[in-house]
Amino acid sequence: MNPLNLFRRGSAPIARERLQILLAHERSTRSQGDLLGVLREEILALISRHVCFDPDKVQIEMDRGKFVSTLAVDIEIPNATPYFQQRIM
Amino acid sequence: MTEKSSARVVVVTSGKGGVGKTTSTAALGAALAQGGEKVVVIDFDVGLRNLDLVLGAERRVVFDLINVIHGVAKLPQALIRDKRLENLYLLPASQTRDKDALTEEGVAKVIGELRSKFDWIICDSPAGIERGATLAMRYADAAIIVTNPEVSSVRDSDRIIGLLDSKTEKAERGECVDKQLLITRYHPWRAAHGEMLSIDDVLEILSIPLIGIIPESEEVLRASNVGSPITLNNPASTPAKAYFDAMRRLKGEAVPMLIPTGNRGIFDKLFGRKAA
Repeated sequence: MNPLNLFRRGSAPIARERLQILLAHERSTRSQGDLLGVLREEILALISRHVCFDPDKVQIEMDRGKFVSTLAVDIEIPNATPYFQQRIM
Repeated sequence: MTEKSSARVVVVTSGKGGVGKTTSTAALGAALAQGGEKVVVIDFDVGLRNLDLVLGAERRVVFDLINVIHGVAKLPQALIRDKRLENLYLLPASQTRDKDALTEEGVAKVIGELRSKFDWIICDSPAGIERGATLAMRYADAAIIVTNPEVSSVRDSDRIIGLLDSKTEKAERGECVDKQLLITRYHPWRAAHGEMLSIDDVLEILSIPLIGIIPESEEVLRASNVGSPITLNNPASTPAKAYFDAMRRLKGEAVPMLIPTGNRGIFDKLFGRKAA
């Protein structure tokens, strides 16, 4: 962003550049937010069919890399009975 | 909805306030009615209604959208027929009740009833992304996103496009709401001199098709001052012509897009500036 552009071409190119950067960021976080929410809901529904756990002790994180992204699911399961038991649906 | 759906439901939305949603709803609704279409415009801005004022019907409001939803009034009792255009009707918003009075089921029922009686249902969305705005777009077949060529307006429009693609009934069915961009308050001189985002800039950033460009004009203010849509108040004016063109594009006609160049003002003439 060359400040000289201000004199030469007006401020519109700066507005355009700022918007492009901002919206690229906002669009990616928007879709990631939705995806994580859906994944979280479905994973928890699946796990809770088989084991008991505290929904507050669940961490789901997504790390976006340039070529590979990772999804980390960390669920704390108490292993002393009666907390850890198979559920019959 | 089991009723015969003949009407096209269009939401006029923007995210940001003050960009010209209500003015555009009135102008496009009137333009369609002037062409013989049967139109109802619905004000979804519960608590801050203004469509009645812009249409010059503020003293004729007896019942409103919330009254109909709550069963206090029947739909025909709440509909106000325009005094100049017999094909144009207004369903006003409530002035007093809280925003939670608007329910999804209620809105679905009202729109369902209107669908079989009108050719066009135009929903004037409130600003923001709260309940009123999401319900205004909920049952839309098409959306007109009103944007000023200015950073905060463009950003909010992008957000609204995201909502149209995820929170509408059509999106949830896996279909797509037909989205078109209406650029308002366009200053040809500023854009030509690089002091305002150009039409191309906005189109490239938002990447949805353009339905019209409305130049900034005192005629628009004059029309709302007297409570008459610009297409009725001064049909020969530049903004009115732009709204008529947008209306024809909304109907699916191919109308060449003219980018306003603006007349040279006194300052431009004095300093020898040329409008592009």
